[in-house]
Amino acid sequence: MKVRLMLTCLCDAFYGEVVIAAARVLESAGCEVLFDSDQTCCGQPPFNSGSWDSARTIARHCLRVLDLDKDDPLPVVTPSASCAAMMREGYPLLFDSHTHLPVFELGEFLWNHLNVRSWPNARPTERKIAFHTACHGRAIGLGNVQQNLLASLPGLQIVPFQDADQCCGFGGAFCATHSAVSAGIGDEKLKNVLATGVTELVSGDMGCLMHLQGLIDRQGLDLKTRHYAELLAEAVA
Amino acid sequence: MNRPPVDQFSRSLAEETRASVRNASVLKTASRLPTLHVAYDDVDAARQTAAEIKDYTLDHLAELLETFEQQAQKSGIQVHWANDAAEAVEQILEICKGVAPDGCTIVKAKSMATEEIHLNDHLQQAGFEPVETDLGEYVVQIDHDAPSHIVTPIIHKNRRQVAASFTREGLGPYTESPEDLAAQARAHLRSQFQKARVGISGVNFAVAETGRLVIVENEGNNRYSTTAPPVHIAVMGLEKIIPREKDLGLFIRLLVGSSTGQRITSYVHFVSGPRRADEPDGPDQVHLILLDNGRSKAIAGPYRSILRCIRCGACQNACPVYRQASGHAYGHVYSGPIGAVLAPALEGVERLGQMAKASSLCGECEEVCPVRIPIPRMLLQIRDEAQRASGSPDAAWIAYALAATHPREWRTGISVLPILGASPVSNPMKSGWFEFRELPKRRGRPFRRWWHDRH
Repeated sequence: MKVRLMLTCLCDAFYGEVVIAAARVLESAGCEVLFDSDQTCCGQPPFNSGSWDSARTIARHCLRVLDLDKDDPLPVVTPSASCAAMMREGYPLLFDSHTHLPVFELGEFLWNHLNVRSWPNARPTERKIAFHTACHGRAIGLGNVQQNLLASLPGLQIVPFQDADQCCGFGGAFCATHSAVSAGIGDEKLKNVLATGVTELVSGDMGCLMHLQGLIDRQGLDLKTRHYAELLAEAVA
Repeated sequence: MNRPPVDQFSRSLAEETRASVRNASVLKTASRLPTLHVAYDDVDAARQTAAEIKDYTLDHLAELLETFEQQAQKSGIQVHWANDAAEAVEQILEICKGVAPDGCTIVKAKSMATEEIHLNDHLQQAGFEPVETDLGEYVVQIDHDAPSHIVTPIIHKNRRQVAASFTREGLGPYTESPEDLAAQARAHLRSQFQKARVGISGVNFAVAETGRLVIVENEGNNRYSTTAPPVHIAVMGLEKIIPREKDLGLFIRLLVGSSTGQRITSYVHFVSGPRRADEPDGPDQVHLILLDNGRSKAIAGPYRSILRCIRCGACQNACPVYRQASGHAYGHVYSGPIGAVLAPALEGVERLGQMAKASSLCGECEEVCPVRIPIPRMLLQIRDEAQRASGSPDAAWIAYALAATHPREWRTGISVLPILGASPVSNPMKSGWFEFRELPKRRGRPFRRWWHDRH
């Protein structure tokens, strides 16, 4: 199956490894991955900030580059529920339309569309992780598919922590405009994770993890953040 | 730096207050779903039904209100239509002056509608003595504070603070026992109920079909306030109508379960008019103030569905920003997610649209809302409207959009961004980020290079 990979602006700038991992996981699940280098951003930053004209300008570019303005487009897969939610739920608001674009979060695509339930050649691992459920999964009905995919890796244990599904406080530009509130929410999250004794915090959106890693680095905490695609790729690709 | 009000307020919040808000909010959120599951196998289906009934109500509001008025009048409830806060206050003062021209004690049960019209100030200025009889509202009143939550007005206070206030007011010896504190308040308030000539309450639901008012409460102060004084005045936003008696089961369960995690409140009152000739007690007059105050306009506008709200406060309890900053941070009677949409919808986006900025858009509010109000979507729409209403184009995002539609320039920009981030060049976004966090560093290989090398 051919899929178009969407890079996301954060991974473009900082976290290339995450998308490399996503590409390798998709390939090991039997996909042919296509990438168009003219892609930039989904438009969510100005959308969330109330600058919808700018968001529309970017959205039109994004639709064109990913061939989503054509008939029968290929599925677009991205390692971010946030970008997927923007394109599936945000674009209809921007354009006052009811089109549901075939844009999918990586885990959602693997689980719901490729029916991946296990990894025949997965390398066993010995690791305990905490999993932060990113909020934008709500908007696309993601459920627990990312955790399920991780839990299917032999030897990987997800340690529960309090309020795992509460927001991390990132919120895009919110984290800079409301920095004290944002950091306070993030600190709650980190406190709950640290209480488990786990040193690896995994999630599905680099926005959350960029913010949390920034807090971790500032406070010198014994915690590192990873995108779950990286863990999948290490085990199966 | 010019910080937004919610963030500014949060910085000055005492850690003790933050802990009170957080602990109570977390507890109430945790009990919500298990309680609702007792009544409904499919809670979402129940929420959906409630949303549809409220939408039907908003679609047919004029005729339902007319039916309600006819039914209410039949049972002797005097209905007063108030276009705005000033009219409502005027009507209430007129009724009160009719009972006691020289002023009197007025017992008040908890009501957000009366907070909205700042009724207590007006009553005092006119020579009346309003006494809040809900325990939380009573503490608010003696502390010259303001409610910070639409259901639990002193969610921001702990029992030590309440104990100190009661001692200061001479209610009794210092105690931190909730039972003893309640007993002190009870003893004090009893005499107020007995001498009050007017009782003022809110309304949770008004049934169009029968003209009955429905009020839920746990303390019994509402029953006392609405039955002992000779005059009962109920104040209600006109969207609180529900069509039929048979809708009540659903709405009461959803309201109470979402609000306090109870299956039912200690009291559910049905007010069907003043005391009948053959009844031993009850008020001689029952008045209902039907408050518009921006609601009709909001119903006709883009934020219509915020008027489905049944004031359960579940969105406040669940909101990470509310938990961090407290209700007072929003600077409005209505705070948290509901306030950030309702306040601008009622009073104008150009004036209060900034309230919608104080959200990480996590979506928790919509998930817990008993009438499925799409709060996050409306927060976004308000941000858009507020930006357009500001009249000045947003230069930074226009520049960003320019970059994002020129792939070559974008690629260059992206490749130097990690370096730029570390440079001393400052901007508000960066300083806001950097205050609490280290700047992000590039991890591993850029994807574009990996892809290029591979193909």
